[in-house]
Amino acid sequence: MIIQQLINGMILGSVYALLALGYTMVYGIIKLINFAHGDIYMLGAYFGYFFLRVLHLNFFIALIFSMAICAVLGMLIEFIAYRPLRHSPRIAVLISALGVSFLLENGMSYLFGSDKRSFPQAIKTIQYHFGSLQISNIQIIIITTAIILMILLNIIVKKTKMGRAMRAVSADEEAAILMGINVNRTISFTFAIGSALAAAGGMLIGLYYNNIDPLMGMTPGIKAFVAAVLGGIGIIPGAALGGWLIGILETMTQAVGLSNYKDAVVYAILIIILLLKPTGILGKNKREKV
Amino acid sequence: MAETLLKVERLSVNYGAIKAVRSVDFHVNRGEIVTLIGANGAGKSTILRTISGLEKVVAGNISLNNLVLNHMSSERRVRSGIVQVPEGRRVFPGMTVQENLQLGAYTISRKSQNKTAYESVYEQFPILKDRRNQDAATLSGGEQQMLAIGRALMAQPKMILLDEPSMGLAPLYIQKIFDIIQKIRDTGVTVLVIEQNANQALKIADRGYVLEGGRIIATGTGDALLASNDVREAYLGG
Repeated sequence: MIIQQLINGMILGSVYALLALGYTMVYGIIKLINFAHGDIYMLGAYFGYFFLRVLHLNFFIALIFSMAICAVLGMLIEFIAYRPLRHSPRIAVLISALGVSFLLENGMSYLFGSDKRSFPQAIKTIQYHFGSLQISNIQIIIITTAIILMILLNIIVKKTKMGRAMRAVSADEEAAILMGINVNRTISFTFAIGSALAAAGGMLIGLYYNNIDPLMGMTPGIKAFVAAVLGGIGIIPGAALGGWLIGILETMTQAVGLSNYKDAVVYAILIIILLLKPTGILGKNKREKV
Repeated sequence: MAETLLKVERLSVNYGAIKAVRSVDFHVNRGEIVTLIGANGAGKSTILRTISGLEKVVAGNISLNNLVLNHMSSERRVRSGIVQVPEGRRVFPGMTVQENLQLGAYTISRKSQNKTAYESVYEQFPILKDRRNQDAATLSGGEQQMLAIGRALMAQPKMILLDEPSMGLAPLYIQKIFDIIQKIRDTGVTVLVIEQNANQALKIADRGYVLEGGRIIATGTGDALLASNDVREAYLGG
């Protein structure tokens, strides 16, 4: 029973983790809480819907296309709404991010209606039973895809020139400039990667819950943000850890019969953890740079 | 006649509301070590930051090899061959020594060139080779300074700008850093160094300029400035 819930929590948590990675990477590099991030996840699901329902593509091909389009959209949003405000007070960019979020939510409601749509069953569900445990092929796909994407992200960040540049700009933007690193390009790249991961999360959740709507990104967006803070904002492995933790907490709370209070419990635990360790689980107590 | 590499003409720069640099003229010839000395706030750092593109030119001209740098991006300046070792080292914490060096070579796209650069940096700073997999933040101040210099050399520059390289270092390392600066020059890289430790800087410099209140008030060979009574009184502690 507990193991079953743990598995279910890991599945949901993988999606939170994919979203949380984008929050944390963007925060790490420009210290912005990108409120529009959850809406990219929604757009990812809608593009997936289009590719599956209209073009009848294979699920994984549709996933890659949707990720690619959202990567471009993420760069575009940064270029239009955040870059001109880079040197303005941080609150201005934050408001701009909120604006983008509302624009995407209401824009999609206007264009496609605010009703839920059923997400195509691109992959037939098969249930596997192991003793009393039950797991579906969809769940396996979600967790495997999420883990593969995280491994890819880790390789990009650790081993590639662009990944090193990302870490350098996060650590010390001015020193990075002095190395000849193109900061704008590096920030664009960060948005591209984060948005692609969010799009993947959106499509996976569409496949899991079978329906999507223009406001589907709000709650998971906030939870993923919480996951990023919980793990230690700006720390990439922290986001993955935080995502899984929140997913597990949420399913466990439901399992003990507190479904109606699941969010309250999750946030209460969050507050306790942050009171004990304000920098998050993997966060170090760093001095602010002068 | 010596060939001018870096030429700064009538340069003025504001730092916030302050006129930090006022119509400054100086030049650095190829193969020279030139130092700018002066008290805190004289405008030395601002000049270096402006050469690297971190501050805007208000008036005047900066050129490298007759190529005007004024409106060039910092990235293109590095590609043109001028690299700065910033004040306080600014190595990237949380990244290994090797990764820091790799970042120094960011503008170099050819892998083969990178390899030679590594070899020469590791040869010059064997300690960095020993610590190549260590987090840069765990190095001592002197080692971090070597890393910062090695990182700049990875870009294979024509010229490096050093901002207070001896600041905050143990006396043993201070001498070492000044020796390193001379060795770098001997490998054909031109050096512009600013220092509060004027005595040491003038000893290794071919020429020096004295800054005060954003203006150049004296210039001469390193030895001449060392011997000058005014300079000694003002900057060398009598």
